Amino acid sequence: MQHKPPQSPETGHAVIADVAKIKEQTILQRILASQAFWVSVALALLVTYMSILQPSFGTVDNVANVTRNLAPFGIMALGMTVVIITGGIDLSVGSIMGLVAIVAGLFLTWEYPWYVAFLMGLLTGIACGAVNGFFVAYVGMPSFVVTLGMLSIARSLAVVLSGNQMLYKFGPDAPMVKAIGQAKWPVQTPGDWIPDWIPQFSSHFWVMVAMALALGYALNFKPWGRHLLAIGGNENAARLTGVPVDWIKFLAYVFSAFTAAVASLLLLGYNGSAINAMGQGYELRVIAATVIGGANLMGGAGTAFGAVIGAAFLEVIRNALLMAGIDSNWQGAFVGAFIILAVLLGMQSGGKSLIAATVERLFPKKHR
Amino acid sequence: MALLEVRNVSKNFGAIRALMDVSFAIGPGEVVGLMGDNGAGKSTMVKLIAGNFPPSDGEVLVNGEVCHFHKPIEARAKGIEVVYQDLAIADNLTAAQNVFLGREITKGVWPFRVLDKQAMIDRSAELFAELKSETRPRDLVRKMSGGQRQAVAIALISHRMPDVFAVCDRIIVLRRGTKVADKVTAMTSPEEITGLITGAILAA
Repeated sequence: MQHKPPQSPETGHAVIADVAKIKEQTILQRILASQAFWVSVALALLVTYMSILQPSFGTVDNVANVTRNLAPFGIMALGMTVVIITGGIDLSVGSIMGLVAIVAGLFLTWEYPWYVAFLMGLLTGIACGAVNGFFVAYVGMPSFVVTLGMLSIARSLAVVLSGNQMLYKFGPDAPMVKAIGQAKWPVQTPGDWIPDWIPQFSSHFWVMVAMALALGYALNFKPWGRHLLAIGGNENAARLTGVPVDWIKFLAYVFSAFTAAVASLLLLGYNGSAINAMGQGYELRVIAATVIGGANLMGGAGTAFGAVIGAAFLEVIRNALLMAGIDSNWQGAFVGAFIILAVLLGMQSGGKSLIAATVERLFPKKHR
Repeated sequence: MALLEVRNVSKNFGAIRALMDVSFAIGPGEVVGLMGDNGAGKSTMVKLIAGNFPPSDGEVLVNGEVCHFHKPIEARAKGIEVVYQDLAIADNLTAAQNVFLGREITKGVWPFRVLDKQAMIDRSAELFAELKSETRPRDLVRKMSGGQRQAVAIALISHRMPDVFAVCDRIIVLRRGTKVADKVTAMTSPEEITGLITGAILAA
């Protein structure tokens, strides 16, 4: 091939593709570059492997179970993704779950209708999120500190309000609450038209799917999503170009707390009781799910699909370990290892993946 | 009538006096350069006009109307656009996304108003073509060279202020928070402006 001069004759200056060696990405390349895609592949392999190894893993009942178990984490991971895109973190989601469950549980105990109880629960969650958002976005405090404080406050309030009792004597609407938490679709009855291989997905799962679709739509097609990413990428730039940075950051924390409230109410309905310890330690798993799904803790990257797939991945691992008969105390070690691995895979160092950069550092190429 | 008028503006940050009693007016169609050494108060002046913060004293008039901006968005509503070169680029977004950041083109009917990505990509491609830049709208800024980033910043300028590329008609010089000169470009020389900036010439 003929040697190409650095200056192209038409433009009179170097053609970018020649100099910078970057090509416009095709859709396929973009998919291949996304962490969520590779986690999906790993998840598919894991599911296939487990289905072959453990006949009880691939059953419709277990699929319904796994999808129900992962849904609260998936729902909260959606909220966490939004916060993490802005470069923040929300440690208070687990405690907010506990407080929301107790508030809703109290209203049910006082024999209010279920929608009043649920509304009060949601408002409690939103209020917690608004406090977080106010201190982070408008006062300018680090999100780590504010939400750590909220973690303690919300849990403490939940214990105080509940009188450290389990709430289960719900009023006349108790069956309705249970029906919401335990609803399934499609319902399998013997001899109906629905093929038997379709699992009876729980309401939790469908709520997660609906919220993920809504968030995915907003992130991809609304200026709001664009602004969120810009804030995570360069907050100063976003502010100077007129993006309402404070308001959008505030909303991120409100949304995160809202997702925690939704997850809490679904679990409240499923259990038919409210305990103040609900959601204890969940923040770690939610953050793990979000990070595994490709959200960048430094801000500026994250997808709704990634949040759900990250939550699914963690739950399948957990379920697989249980089925393989491994002591459940090992789960923490696995979750932790996957967080480190996910961040390692997602990290970039000077335009290269961190792994490539590390290999180069350990085994430097000799000068030619 | 002046399009933009700055009247006796001062700005203090605590004990620091960033601007002291600065006044100037800019007429329609005029391109004015604001010059000065580091710390002379150029950015403070521009940020003040753009509504990042209000002046401590004095006022800003747009079209003869006194304006008290507290947020950039309020100044934008009056037609004031500011482009900050490096600061204003988010490198996790593409070139086109950056050019339209904060003023995205949307289509459809509320609540289903969505981003018109194709329109933004097409418009930025036109801008880059005008600039004779090879920058492609869909490329991530993170993967670009310094020169390409500059092209994105310039596209931002040309998108938001189409005639900024014309040579300045007039130059205002700030030095240590005070206006020291306001000269028609044709009546001055680079040497004089340099002297004014450094303080070799006290005022003109």
